[in-house]
Amino acid sequence: MEGTSGNRGPSVRSDCYVAITPMAAGGIVTEIKSKTHVLFGRHIENLVREVLLSFGLEHARVEVEDAGTLPWAMAARMEAALKQVFPAPKEFLPPELPQNRRETARDRQRRSRLYLPGDQPKLMINAGLYGADGIILDLEDSVAPSRKEDARYLVRNALRNNDFHGAELMVRINQLPDGLEDLRFVVPQPLNLILIPKCESASEVKAVDDRIAELNPDPSRKIWLMPIIESALGVLRAFEIASASENVVALAIGLEDYTADIGAERSSEGLESFYARSALVNAARAAGIQPIDSVFSGFENLDELRAVATRSKAMGFEGMGCIHPAQIAVIHECFNPGEKEIAKAKKIVMAFEAAEKAGIGVIALGSKMIDAPVVKRALRTIRLAEQNGLLNPKWRESDEG
Amino acid sequence: MKDKLVKNEAGRWVPLEINGEPVIPYQGVGKYIPLGNKYAPPLPSCALFPSDGNKVTTSLKDALVKAGLCDGMTISTHHHLRDGDFVANRIFDIAHDMGIRNLRWFPSASFPCHNHLIPYLEDGTISHIEGSMNGPLGEFTSQGRMKKTAVLRSHGGRTQAIQDGEVKIDIAVVAAPAADPFGNANGLTGPSATGVLSYADMDVRYATHVIVVTDNLVSFPCLPMQIEGNYVDSVVTVDKLGLPEKIIGGTTQITRSPDRLIIAEMTARFCEYTGIIYDGCVVQAGAGGISLAIAEYMHQIMKRNGWKIRVGFGGTTRFMTGMLLDGTMEYILDGQVFDTESIRSLNENRNHIPFTINNIYNYHSKGNFAQFIDMVSLGATEIDVHFNGNVVTHSDGLLLHGIGGWQNCLFAKNTIIALPLFRDRIPVIVDEVTTLCGPGELIDVIVTERGIAINPLRTDLLEKVKGSGLPVKTIHELKEEAEAICGKPDKPRFTDKIVAAIKWVDGTVIDVVRQVADN
Repeated sequence: MEGTSGNRGPSVRSDCYVAITPMAAGGIVTEIKSKTHVLFGRHIENLVREVLLSFGLEHARVEVEDAGTLPWAMAARMEAALKQVFPAPKEFLPPELPQNRRETARDRQRRSRLYLPGDQPKLMINAGLYGADGIILDLEDSVAPSRKEDARYLVRNALRNNDFHGAELMVRINQLPDGLEDLRFVVPQPLNLILIPKCESASEVKAVDDRIAELNPDPSRKIWLMPIIESALGVLRAFEIASASENVVALAIGLEDYTADIGAERSSEGLESFYARSALVNAARAAGIQPIDSVFSGFENLDELRAVATRSKAMGFEGMGCIHPAQIAVIHECFNPGEKEIAKAKKIVMAFEAAEKAGIGVIALGSKMIDAPVVKRALRTIRLAEQNGLLNPKWRESDEG
Repeated sequence: MKDKLVKNEAGRWVPLEINGEPVIPYQGVGKYIPLGNKYAPPLPSCALFPSDGNKVTTSLKDALVKAGLCDGMTISTHHHLRDGDFVANRIFDIAHDMGIRNLRWFPSASFPCHNHLIPYLEDGTISHIEGSMNGPLGEFTSQGRMKKTAVLRSHGGRTQAIQDGEVKIDIAVVAAPAADPFGNANGLTGPSATGVLSYADMDVRYATHVIVVTDNLVSFPCLPMQIEGNYVDSVVTVDKLGLPEKIIGGTTQITRSPDRLIIAEMTARFCEYTGIIYDGCVVQAGAGGISLAIAEYMHQIMKRNGWKIRVGFGGTTRFMTGMLLDGTMEYILDGQVFDTESIRSLNENRNHIPFTINNIYNYHSKGNFAQFIDMVSLGATEIDVHFNGNVVTHSDGLLLHGIGGWQNCLFAKNTIIALPLFRDRIPVIVDEVTTLCGPGELIDVIVTERGIAINPLRTDLLEKVKGSGLPVKTIHELKEEAEAICGKPDKPRFTDKIVAAIKWVDGTVIDVVRQVADN
């Protein structure tokens, strides 16, 4: 019996193919083909032995075909192959990078989240450099059913050992109940947020939340939830989903599946999903969380993306999904506060602060009265502008001076 | 060969003789000053040529026979046909059929199509290559299978070697996209148009025999005369010089790789912030993925600031001609052309002018254009912690690339090496380059997707970059970052056999490549 994992062939890069056949005797026999054999052949040989022996597999034939795989990905491939033929409860965990383990704030900015297929290590290596607010390691739709198990090991190891340069670390699990098993792999690792796909009820959110609580080794550590609404029923239940747990920080919409569900064709103008998107924004705001828009799938067309993102922000969304790194800058540009918006927010905040100082309850800007939600929005605009380098944090001094 | 080795000024052990000829070890940048006179080919007389000026010969074979093709000769060709070249291969097919042996092939570069010549290297028709050895030709060389020692030179070093008489060309074969019966020729028109013939210019002047091969014979005069027929012995017509789609890419594309775009964007930002690029600057662009993207980001910077590039040196692509058209670049001086749009521009725009490699890059001349260049971005296979660069071998020791114009460009005021910190697990920053091609004192900045390292000699840039918010790190930090991700690679093992010599721009030997051991 042979356990296999990975990819081989002339176009494969930064990935490998591993085949493991346990034997009755003869020790560990390796056959390693690597593009980097001169430089890393010995390292690969050592890793094979380390992984196999850590699981107590002492006799096996191991074939590795490597195209420059990083060690964490190669170890994941080996473990995935091994466990098909040599079940063991243990895990082989690469070292955890301290910089990946950091908490994120509930209301952190989530303008962009970059989707990465969970079974493609090549795309993960530099993903943190593109500047997305969040990175989603996807176990769901971008992973073929036959690769789901492989992806769990790769995503687990990537969370531990691949530097994501400060992006919020997100995992999209599979639909329940499979998704609950996914959690076993990822919750103990550096992780900030779980996306729950095709969410249609508060009970799904609660099931995920409860499972995370069981698996989370440090109960004080927050793992946030972002349910994705992808059906007509989900839209109708958006508010109860959004308020199902205090760990839900954002509500996203998945328009490919939603438009199919309501029997419509998806367009870039989005008239067919206007109701759903509006309902989702409303539900999220009612629950005090962030409404997040779908991905735009035409990744070659950045102008159209710009139009879509501009409309999305105008509807009240705070961010979008990205399927290509080139989309990130455009999405940030659209969701960042604009110049006029910042100027207006500055005036409101100054008026608010002046009123507070003077102990006046009513805030006025010119002849207009300013209400609390407007102040709140202006404060948020200022915070985003400061965070993204659009406004000098010392703006009060220069504006007053 | 007699391997009496000496340690050259860069600390590399090099021989005093290559293929039985004495060579000079590298002495440092600008230290070796040549003596003596330029080489000159034998004097011709027009009395020996047809008075009607018609030098058309029936076939390439006849022309080679007329030129006296015999054992041990040096045959030069040029790489403007790139991977579509039929001509170089044809020469050696003929030589092989005639039973000629021990030829020295002296191309300005080689391409995958020239793998056709490997059997001739094996059977001794060709004794060795002096030029570049790419891909399988490089691997063949690295395995110690070439009969004699290969020599690698830069484009400028090639003209220096011709001028100084280091390499005496017996027969230069020039593939000409347009030529007249007298031998006047250019690259501008015809089914195999290449734009310019800059690499052939020097060979034509110094070779004993010159054969022009064309698939587009026009009646006298072929204008402009990029090659002057006065130097030409015979003209040969053929059906096709090569495969047009492999000679010139239809349209060059900017890389879509997000990793490369990050590097390009960071390079452009660095150059703007530190003042390396400015209104009136001189730049050299390449056709590599990152170089094209840098050119496009620089274009945006020029437009945003209302600046102009005074001169862009090509390798020309539609990205440079676009700048010429919208006024962000005043002149293009062109040594080679990469797309059809650039050929159109050369034909139509009087501010787009061909130059010869001798005029821009020959180190043994009265000045050096390359020193006027404000900014050049280059690649490398390895850079070491002393900023030394390697472009010819990979970290596993195999010879896989030529030097091209890389060494010559190092003389720019600001030389930037823009490249990924590691490629398929192989770190680019190493303790010591496998093969030394360029001394670190000439390499100013390394830009990678994970940070920028500035040569400590460039205290001015270190000062200017402050406050930019750019991720400036030391070269040691970059090396450690790569090794933390990839692991520390083992070193390749070599035998003592020298398979190739690396010449510096002044003809001295800066390093050698040794045969790879069976790893």
